[in-house]
Amino acid sequence: MSNKFKETVHECWKNKNFMIGFVILLSVILVAIFADFIAPYDYAQQNVGDRFEKPSGDFWFGTDELGRDMFSRVVYGSRIALWVAFLGGSLQLVIGVAVGLACGFFGKWVDRVLSFMTDLTWCIPGTILALAVVTLIGKGLTNTVIAISLVAWASYARTVRAKTLSLKNMAFVETGKAFGESNFSLMVRYILPNIIPSLIVMVSLNLPGTIMSTTTLSFLGLGSQPPSPDWGLAISKGIENISRAPWLSIFPGLALVYTTFGFNLLGEGLRDLLDPHMKSQ
Amino acid sequence: MVLVICVSFLVFSLMYMMPGDPVDMVVDRKVSLERKAEIAHELGYDQPFFTQYKNWVKGVIHGDFGRSTRYKSDVWDLMGARIPYSLKLCGWSLVIELLIALPLGLLCAMKKDGFFDRFTVNFSLLMTAVPAFWLGALFILLFAVKLGWLPISGYSGIKNYILPVATTVLSGMGGTLRITKTEVLEVFNEKYVTTAYAKGLPKRTVMIKHVLRNALVLVTTLVFMSIPWLISGAVVIEKIFGLPGMGNLLLNSIIVQDMPVVQAVLLLIAILTVICNLISDIVMGILDPRIRVSLSGGDN
Repeated sequence: MSNKFKETVHECWKNKNFMIGFVILLSVILVAIFADFIAPYDYAQQNVGDRFEKPSGDFWFGTDELGRDMFSRVVYGSRIALWVAFLGGSLQLVIGVAVGLACGFFGKWVDRVLSFMTDLTWCIPGTILALAVVTLIGKGLTNTVIAISLVAWASYARTVRAKTLSLKNMAFVETGKAFGESNFSLMVRYILPNIIPSLIVMVSLNLPGTIMSTTTLSFLGLGSQPPSPDWGLAISKGIENISRAPWLSIFPGLALVYTTFGFNLLGEGLRDLLDPHMKSQ
Repeated sequence: MVLVICVSFLVFSLMYMMPGDPVDMVVDRKVSLERKAEIAHELGYDQPFFTQYKNWVKGVIHGDFGRSTRYKSDVWDLMGARIPYSLKLCGWSLVIELLIALPLGLLCAMKKDGFFDRFTVNFSLLMTAVPAFWLGALFILLFAVKLGWLPISGYSGIKNYILPVATTVLSGMGGTLRITKTEVLEVFNEKYVTTAYAKGLPKRTVMIKHVLRNALVLVTTLVFMSIPWLISGAVVIEKIFGLPGMGNLLLNSIIVQDMPVVQAVLLLIAILTVICNLISDIVMGILDPRIRVSLSGGDN
């Protein structure tokens, strides 16, 4: 056991993508947890006397149009990014897995109806469909994440469906059936555990997209509303004042790129570690 | 076709379910309830859902998308004025992106794991982590604010399109490049390429006659598949650079809940997407007989 554990750690250690991504994400998580200690000011504290201060010893990333400290805002923004990743990831996972399992396991009309719905969500480009859903359920960060998850679950459903189809007729599932296991138990206890490795890979590869889409909607003014320290919102305000205070759009963007790049690397690394045949693609 | 109908239904019901009374968007708050009901009757908002849908579809088929509640003008005229801007942006971006990404992808596949390949792949990985709106901000900062070569926003001349197109190209290139590379690598593994080498053909002939010709199939698919993505990307790009295109129209209409415009734009994009997918399927079938066989054998 300990030998196998050592081997796993060694393999992770060797995988450069995984390690770099892991370290980057760990730093983001730590910043988000200890934001109260790291940020020198409150992110919403306005100080009209210090509007558009250049980055300096007092204000590391400068101040914005209301005199709020940009560094504190970027630090608190990490909490939003991680929350988005968590909420969006789990929503997509739950919908996608449920639909995919049902499609693959029951087949027939269930499969046809649900697959048609999946096709339908592929019909309109994601951002546009998310825009429409946000119009319907209203602005706001949580609503944006829900909208994006309602659009993005389809790729999970497809993968899960394909895997379920190939697993359904395997001997161990047949055995379970022979023992009188219910359909639900067959799906959750027999088939699902075999899909989990590819699910982990899919989640980590999809998370940067989720964060990016949410930030994009916030940038368009439909996601987080002021005074939230959301990075997308900050960049959108920064562009309005770009000739006067370029640092307002640079630093939140850097934070966003750092985080998504970390997720990307981690995803690539996990794919190589957990799902070796996907590597060739 | 079924997809188009479903999407139109979806788009319409989405807007129908939208919170708020559509009449409130048209008139002032001061107008009396009776007058409101009259207007609702005139615009057909008091009819049952399916009658409204039927009337809307009837109008759309005749090229009448209704009237914008905000601009008080015909939706079709409104879109007609905006389409050229989006078309210019998307068209140029598509052409330039393909011109850069395809040769680079091919080169990466030929010299796999070489220095150039690794550099490009890592660079494109980094680019996928960079959001388009931030890239646009950086471009504005560098070329418009610091160097003063190009205007920050507006739409007066060709100079206004350089930054938007550059942003779209750079943010979309990573994906295109990766797909090109994997597809070309797959062609390398095909048996006919091995056969061609085994016949003793020089590398150049194999490359041009066998690999490139088959990679063409990929190019056509890429062109048609990337059009919908370009359009959705255009929403962001048009917002950054203040271009008055379709994306900007959609965004503004969503914010003020201008239903007819949102419906029309969404429907147009959905139809365009379906058509693009269809064309790419057909073209692929024509260029690659193997796909034709598998398609006619399937349920399509």
